[in-house]
Amino acid sequence: MIRKVRTHPTQNEPLLFEISRPGKRAYQLPELDVPPVDPEAVLGPENVRPDLEGLPELSEVEVVRHFTRLSTHNYAVDHGLYPLGSCTMKYNPRLNEALAQLDGLAWPHPYQPEETVQGALEILARLEAALAEITGMDAVTLQPAAGAHGELTGLLMIRAALTERGNPRQKVLIPDSAHGTNPATATMAGYVAETVPSNAQGMVDLGALERQVDESVAALMLTTPNTLGVFEQNIRQIAEILHAKGAMLYMDGANMNALLGIARPGDFGVDAVHLNLHKTFSTPHGGGGPGAGPVAVKKHLEPYLPVPRLVKTEAGWKWDFHRPRSIGRVRAFYGNFLVAVRALAYIMAMGPEGLRQATLDAILNARYLRQKLEPYYELPHKAPTMHEFVLSDARQATNGVRTMDIAKRLLDYGFYAYTVSFPLIVRGAMMIEPTETESKQELDLFVEAMRAIAEEAQRDPELVRTAPHTTRVGRVDEVTAARRPILRWTPDLPRE
Amino acid sequence: MLAECGLRSMEELVAHLPPEIRLERPLALEPARSEYEIAAEFRNWAQQNQVNGPCFLGAGVYRHFRPVVVQALVSRAEFFTTYTPYQAEVSQGTLATIFEFQTLMCQLTGMDVANASMYDGSTAMAEAALMARRLTRRDKLVVSSAVHPEYRAVLRTYSAGQGVPVIEVPYDPEAGWTQQDSLAQVVDRDTAAVIVQSPNFFGVIEPLEYCAELVHQAGALLIVTFTEAVSLGLLRPPADADIVAGELQSFATTPSYGGPFAGVIATREQFVRQLPGRLVGMTRDVHGRRAFCLTLVSREQHIRREKATSNICTNQALVALMATIFLSVYGRRGLRELALQNLAKAHYLATKLPPRFRGPFFNEFVTRAPGGDPNRLNRRLLEHGIIGGLPLGRFYPELSDCWLLCATEVCRREEIDRLVELVSQP
Repeated sequence: MIRKVRTHPTQNEPLLFEISRPGKRAYQLPELDVPPVDPEAVLGPENVRPDLEGLPELSEVEVVRHFTRLSTHNYAVDHGLYPLGSCTMKYNPRLNEALAQLDGLAWPHPYQPEETVQGALEILARLEAALAEITGMDAVTLQPAAGAHGELTGLLMIRAALTERGNPRQKVLIPDSAHGTNPATATMAGYVAETVPSNAQGMVDLGALERQVDESVAALMLTTPNTLGVFEQNIRQIAEILHAKGAMLYMDGANMNALLGIARPGDFGVDAVHLNLHKTFSTPHGGGGPGAGPVAVKKHLEPYLPVPRLVKTEAGWKWDFHRPRSIGRVRAFYGNFLVAVRALAYIMAMGPEGLRQATLDAILNARYLRQKLEPYYELPHKAPTMHEFVLSDARQATNGVRTMDIAKRLLDYGFYAYTVSFPLIVRGAMMIEPTETESKQELDLFVEAMRAIAEEAQRDPELVRTAPHTTRVGRVDEVTAARRPILRWTPDLPRE
Repeated sequence: MLAECGLRSMEELVAHLPPEIRLERPLALEPARSEYEIAAEFRNWAQQNQVNGPCFLGAGVYRHFRPVVVQALVSRAEFFTTYTPYQAEVSQGTLATIFEFQTLMCQLTGMDVANASMYDGSTAMAEAALMARRLTRRDKLVVSSAVHPEYRAVLRTYSAGQGVPVIEVPYDPEAGWTQQDSLAQVVDRDTAAVIVQSPNFFGVIEPLEYCAELVHQAGALLIVTFTEAVSLGLLRPPADADIVAGELQSFATTPSYGGPFAGVIATREQFVRQLPGRLVGMTRDVHGRRAFCLTLVSREQHIRREKATSNICTNQALVALMATIFLSVYGRRGLRELALQNLAKAHYLATKLPPRFRGPFFNEFVTRAPGGDPNRLNRRLLEHGIIGGLPLGRFYPELSDCWLLCATEVCRREEIDRLVELVSQP
């Protein structure tokens, strides 16, 4: 029996362009209070477009219904457990949303004189200080817009520092368990990505690392706990191996939710670390963003932080643009300010005990699920795990049921899927991260679903292989989508 | 739960961590506070930011009216508490809105394909430049000095990592657009792309057709960037470009002290395999029903790793959704009317404060500050609760007596008159 959901109708909805009818309008503009201008006269006829052909025309109620109906075609954290490993899909407190909509925070222009935005600067300064304390680092930039953007910022700083020492070096080492953003970032920063193998416990192979680190290596990009949920036991030695050869330790802080108040990157040899405010600090994922990827660094990298830097003066907070050793800007203005607002509100609501408790609860929830699911699914790496863990489809695969099938069947049971086929070091990986904001009741429902699916995989593998069966659309043909890409609507497209 | 895991205390959950790295004290943060206290604190900070009076700043971030339905709809938890739509079968809502977004971006820019968003306009422009290098297998990037100075700074940062030369072309001191002779001189067979902004940082509309001809003759690509998306409602789309990379803040995003905004990259069909970022495609499900999914993922970091077109993962989906809702509210006629109001307001202001450049402008323009010191005038305006224009000396020392003034549809005539009156006093 599926306890979490039952099927119910959701309404069909065509695309905006199909609903559109000439002459409908949802907008209202005030009467123009200055003389109208002939665009062709002031811009030149060659610069004026005749019409906005194709743009939709809808009434307000049609706009509202359109997006409301489409929204009901989504699963979201507010529906329930979202066990997407390494994505930290925790509850997004509503207070934070309300604060981000305060006029005084939503409307300041980034070029307003500093004396008219002291409140905004105070928020940014407080968040910088809080993140420095949480990570044990010396300085923080809030400029990067997302985790991968933070990675790039960090590597460019390392590059600048090494260049100043005489040689930017050529390689960045990356464990085989790493997120795809790490090697992609290394390339963007002008480095060659080289893989470091994991040992049987899923940790960095120290011997291999020692052989790989030489004067050509700029840095190791390390996620810890890694994507298996395993904390690098030898983290100190790893840092020492790198530092002995003049290389740096960059930490991907995507999994920082496992460490709040427990251990700090700055205390275990990390030179630079990025955080994902949209993971660890509860800001919403928004269907894929906006997030924010602040970077925290040790003193020796501080001169290279992006400009401008916030400084305290007699007259209050100011932006300092004169930082000759800075890598420059990684984006316009000062970062995703309204994401910073939410993250600071979260830290204030949690306090030091609350943050630590959140981490312990996140670990407990993951440990509980691991314990409950181990009888039904293969656990390839047995080392103690923290906020997430990785199972494999090895047992179900003997019946032809793969990780993607189990993931799709979970949708029928009213859950989002775990992270599928990742990390790459586990064949048929199922990467599960419940986060601390799930109750035991919700976890038990998930266990029940996973157990039922394991049984189905034995009894009726076809049922799982062809899942999902109860969602609005059945399994989506991604192969055809990629082979003959249709990337925008045109009037000749077949209707639903 | 602990007992079921064979544990006796919460501390045992982390007992396996090496003792020497454990934090043995509480984090030095303020104690937890209640919802009421936090709300009061943020309201206090919000009040220390001046947002209520008139404001004549543009320069990449614009104050436009934000239709109320935008916030109402993006506040639906089904949109804002969901993740990147990996599991298509339970993400059709987000996927359909991204498909609509891509379509709208194509309609506005005259391009064939558009991605699902980038972090902002500045990073979209930098990524477009890297994309042009991959497409042409050439190195040199040429950028107009009339491109937003902070966008150029981002381009330099991104290029530095890959050791790419970036050459700046001066602006025409009379017209305010990119100096055509200089452009002709620097564009050569090593040039991957030429980047211009239109309307440019001075608000001036660039002669794109001419630029395109010059660039294409050299076998290079033309990248057109924009910061004022509302201008697309009136201006000829940059269809001569090979890549269009811009900022969508004007479509229903508040100035937000600089972010989050959303960028976008649009391009021609034949370049799609080098386009960074997420893409949504239309396809079918097993029953033959219309469905959407993320597609062409072999460009992306989670599949191609170090060979990916970019490292971008999280983008600005919710902000792109705001733009999509905004465009469905304004639609075909509304966006044009909105653009016309912007044009009229700025040109009304320009009748009182003459533009410094003769090139045509949309809703912002450079003017010499009466008396020659825009900072002094800004201080005077601030005493009357008005935020003036952007003094240009910071970015262009030769224009230190000038200001960039912007008037959108939310500037009322009496506010414009008041500005003129205050700055015209000796």
